[in-house]
Amino acid sequence: MAELDDLSFADRSFMKLYRYRPSSWKAMARLAKPLAETRGALITTAALHLPEQAPFDEAIRGGDWSFREIPDAVEVKSLRCSHKSRSFDRSGIERDANLAFPLDRLRDLAARRVLGPPNHRHFSFMGSITAPARLLVESGPDVARRLKEDRPDWVLLTPV
Amino acid sequence: MCNQTVGLIQGFVESAGIPTVSLALLKEVAVRVRPPRTLWVPFPMGYPLGEPDRPEIQERVLLAALDLLRLHSSSPILEDYRPA
Repeated sequence: MAELDDLSFADRSFMKLYRYRPSSWKAMARLAKPLAETRGALITTAALHLPEQAPFDEAIRGGDWSFREIPDAVEVKSLRCSHKSRSFDRSGIERDANLAFPLDRLRDLAARRVLGPPNHRHFSFMGSITAPARLLVESGPDVARRLKEDRPDWVLLTPV
Repeated sequence: MCNQTVGLIQGFVESAGIPTVSLALLKEVAVRVRPPRTLWVPFPMGYPLGEPDRPEIQERVLLAALDLLRLHSSSPILEDYRPA
């Protein structure tokens, strides 16, 4: 289990003093049908990207707020992880990206008709954003707009 | 900071009318960020679905998270994942 006390002294001190921003929702949306009839999309903050997409940029102060679109047809094994944070162990994701981006699991469940087929695209961010202003005004709303166009029935989000 | 980033994006997607659920590795952060639906998982940082190359474990976590989509409340829902 992950606890703040597992982090380095510097990371732990930072996170204990950090002023967290609240999630902006006001009312929950309703899932109106059985899961077997639904189409889901994934959003991960594991900094996964296609080999031909630019890696996320660790050098941006306050964190890289950009995102990458991951097409549903992607081969999960081909995804790269450009997350360089020292606060987590990347070896598991490098071995199997489904650990943070469970697209093959969605496909397995769709094949057994437990879920419907996934959305045609998914999204990836690099989660280590300490100054989220541009995430809050640009990339977060941008991804929400794109998903609103797609109208998936649900979205699963995964941190690392 | 991944857990905060997830919760902030989740707020925008839920506000767009799409039901959302997230996994959380650090419960303290989920409590402070207050995303709509969160499943806290007792795994190390970097291992949100449990273990690499263990589809059965990953699927169990995934389905436990999707199960929260049935719930609806005016306040955040934060549940603990209980491994079998």
